[in-house]
Amino acid sequence: MSEAAIDEICLVALAEAFRGDGELLCHPMGPFPVAAGRLARASFEPDLMLTDTIAYAVAGTLALGATVTRPGAADEGIVVEGYLPFRTVFDQAWSGHRHVVMGASQIDRHGNQNFAAIGDYRKPKAQLLGLRGAPGNVINHTTSYWIPSQARAFVESVDVVSGPGYDRVAALPEGSGRYHEIRRVVTELAAYDFETPDRTMRLRSVHPGVSLDAVLAATPFELAVPEDVPASRLPTAEELHLIREVIDPKGIRKHEFRS
Amino acid sequence: MADKRMTEDEVVAELSSGMTIGIGGWGSRRKPMSLVRAMLRSDLTDLHVVSYGGPDVGLLCAADRVRKITYGFVSLDSIPLEPHFRIARQTGSVDAREFDEGAFYLGLLAAVHRVPFYPTRAGLGSDMLTYNPDLKTVTSPYGDGTELVAVPAFDIDVSLVHMNRADAAGNGQFLGPDLYFDDLFAMAAERTFMSCERVVATEDLLQEGSVHTLKIPRLHTDGVVEAPGGAHFTECPPDYGRDEAFQREYAATARDPDAWTRFRADWLDLPSHDAYRARLAEREHKTAGADR
Repeated sequence: MSEAAIDEICLVALAEAFRGDGELLCHPMGPFPVAAGRLARASFEPDLMLTDTIAYAVAGTLALGATVTRPGAADEGIVVEGYLPFRTVFDQAWSGHRHVVMGASQIDRHGNQNFAAIGDYRKPKAQLLGLRGAPGNVINHTTSYWIPSQARAFVESVDVVSGPGYDRVAALPEGSGRYHEIRRVVTELAAYDFETPDRTMRLRSVHPGVSLDAVLAATPFELAVPEDVPASRLPTAEELHLIREVIDPKGIRKHEFRS
Repeated sequence: MADKRMTEDEVVAELSSGMTIGIGGWGSRRKPMSLVRAMLRSDLTDLHVVSYGGPDVGLLCAADRVRKITYGFVSLDSIPLEPHFRIARQTGSVDAREFDEGAFYLGLLAAVHRVPFYPTRAGLGSDMLTYNPDLKTVTSPYGDGTELVAVPAFDIDVSLVHMNRADAAGNGQFLGPDLYFDDLFAMAAERTFMSCERVVATEDLLQEGSVHTLKIPRLHTDGVVEAPGGAHFTECPPDYGRDEAFQREYAATARDPDAWTRFRADWLDLPSHDAYRARLAEREHKTAGADR
């Protein structure tokens, strides 16, 4: 099998965000994060629950792009294990048994995330996705971010806060923010977490082939950098097989990956 | 049981400018588009639209019928950003009242249950509160000190929803993967009008789908419109998927005023849903010809 490509290294780094999650709804948004969730379940986190990205929880490993069209129809070879229409998803989110991965047009060192709008929210220069489900997700359960264009997205301060970061949540009355956790940020250069005393962003690992200088050049804010920064781990042979042959034989992950 | 069948134009005659209109569906999924197009044929204006928005919101914005939008998001799904809504936001032509998607659900639920608000964590710490200055928080009365967002009940005059099947009395049936929040839209509003792909006899409803698909009881339905293809170009599974080519054409009209003028003439300035369907059949015939 050929060597791991950078998109596969990123996919594994993102899958690592789910390590230790056990039995919860793994709910990544967009093809790349979905592939990472499916990889985590197929390898080291077998109790995760994942959907077909529409409304059905599916057992076994689904390829990117496949969805359930006729639930219960054996001809598709897809086993439906649960029904999760949007209303149930909100209930799940608020129950806390969920870990999402979202994107971010902007993110700051506290983990404040914006994909709502650029400029003044009242009359934005660019209307983006909007707040979507970010406010409710981030305050209620574990959240990670997949950001394939770090230099553009890492900013000193975000224009709009869709998903609140640690500083905003710390300012809430006691108890209000108790379920907030930003587990991981993965970019095309490195992986980050917030495991610092003041809960600001820390460099967790640098992807093989990327220099620390390149990471810092794409980071306009003060970043916690440990003395010895490990390299992000390489995919195992089994993981490469799963990525290339089972989860994403069409290479959809590469379209989304903008290096 | 009362026979509540009526036409799109009869529904629109029940609406008036300035009203708050709830629209069911989700993004570009099972939207009551034949009713939206009938609104565009009328002189209704100054509307407050409440929606998990898709092309319903985009079309009403593009035709300058909207004063205010209460929304969880506005998207075409396969095209993530609704282009006409983007223009409305970027030119500041509409009053935007944006909620977290889940908080929006609670605004509908509060209206259904006739309570002034529902508390939630959704929105705490985010700019949902910053830019909705009328939104308030409440502190738990149980001594734990938790502060929560009080999502106000959405006050809706009329809701419009599109079902796969209904009977003439307005029992609504969905056959697709997700009801979305259409039952709450129906129950939250003063009055609700339901379009459907096909009106069937009450005794035949359970031949269409299991009892679990009978999600909107007639108690909340004031009128039923039989509109085959009524959700076009949004999806309405299992009856049909989204017309992606048509949606791309619609989306492109936001970049080009001439294209919008042509789109209006071709697809909106038509006398009825039947005329729209006939035009669509012509288009499909042409496309099939081009493929050969």
